Amino acid sequence: MSGHDDHSHLSEMDVRVRALQSLLVAKGYVDPAAMDELVTLYEHEVGPQNGARVVARAWCDPDYAARLFEDGTAAIAELGFGGRQGEHMVAVANTPEVHNMVVCTLCSCYPWAVLGLPPVWYKSAPYRAKAVADPRGVLADFGVALPQDTRVDVWDSTAEIRYLVVPMRPEGTKGWSEDALAAIVTRDSMIGTGLPQP
Amino acid sequence: MNGPQDLGGAHGFGPVIAEPDEAIFHAPWERTAFALTLLMGATGLWSLDRSRFMRESLPHPVYLTASYYEIWLAALERLVAERGLAGEDAPAPKRVLARADVRPAMARGTPTERPGPPPRFAPGDRVRVIAMNPATHTRAPRYVRGRLGTVAALRGCHVLPDTSAHDAGENPAPLYNITFAAAELWGPDTTAGNIHVDLFEPYLAPA
Repeated sequence: MSGHDDHSHLSEMDVRVRALQSLLVAKGYVDPAAMDELVTLYEHEVGPQNGARVVARAWCDPDYAARLFEDGTAAIAELGFGGRQGEHMVAVANTPEVHNMVVCTLCSCYPWAVLGLPPVWYKSAPYRAKAVADPRGVLADFGVALPQDTRVDVWDSTAEIRYLVVPMRPEGTKGWSEDALAAIVTRDSMIGTGLPQP
Repeated sequence: MNGPQDLGGAHGFGPVIAEPDEAIFHAPWERTAFALTLLMGATGLWSLDRSRFMRESLPHPVYLTASYYEIWLAALERLVAERGLAGEDAPAPKRVLARADVRPAMARGTPTERPGPPPRFAPGDRVRVIAMNPATHTRAPRYVRGRLGTVAALRGCHVLPDTSAHDAGENPAPLYNITFAAAELWGPDTTAGNIHVDLFEPYLAPA
């Protein structure tokens, strides 16, 4: 923050991005209309509701679940999702024996196509440092405790493969519609830092 | 490189604190930084791997005290300077996305799978991550280097980030998912069962 100019409310970051934007637009590298479209897409359209549809379908349709765990990219594309930061998808299933958690220790790799843009905590040092060594400690930070005999596995997104956790379907949801099930699938349950919330 | 980005297993960063009902962007400039980063990536003047290298080669104190979009912006500024985009002889973009191109381009994404050599390892093989200490870009985190794991799955051949990040070609290499017992990485001081890491064949040796 500069704070030197009393007549300006622009932060240092505002000034820097505006300068860069002006240059790149003037030089013909960037179309401002494309910027607006991109922000609309990722701020309002692509989000964890996509992944929730995938999980709800897998809970309702065993054949779909089998395809999802065999070829995640193709099965997710069946529901119309894919593309940027979801080009190569792998779905991993939580079971009573194994709970899965996804991290990117080296940067912020995240399955945008099914979860949208990652939250700040996912990209931040505390999570990236802790998840691969102490995932139960991470779960405790989120207020989640798992049975001691559940193994906690961690998937570090070190290449261009993106991971989607398919949580266990909660008890008491027998007969629920796919829409009703999708509504209880939280973003964090698909990262592995939370559980579905019926 | 052993930069500030290689955080797996580090202590001292405190608890994970999630923001309730978090907004996608926290300030208008973050929208701009996000859009510029993606649209400049689409110009084809550098690879995603180069972008990652420009982020992780920021000074440690800068990287560790910046927000993620601050890191993105700083890296983009470095790329613009490195490629001379402000100068008289600025290179022409390979393409410029118009509004109507955005959705098709994002739906297509940028797949990294390529034809490449046959895999040397098969599921079930025991492998050791080689000792390495490159000052250049790599996707072998320090916490697995020198450690013993098991090939769990073949992921096909993908662009090798280690060369792609340095304009030295895509050099597609077999990519494997390797399973490490957490105790192999951390001894008894871990609450994890297995750690699954995607690693390229040049990082691996038979064990």
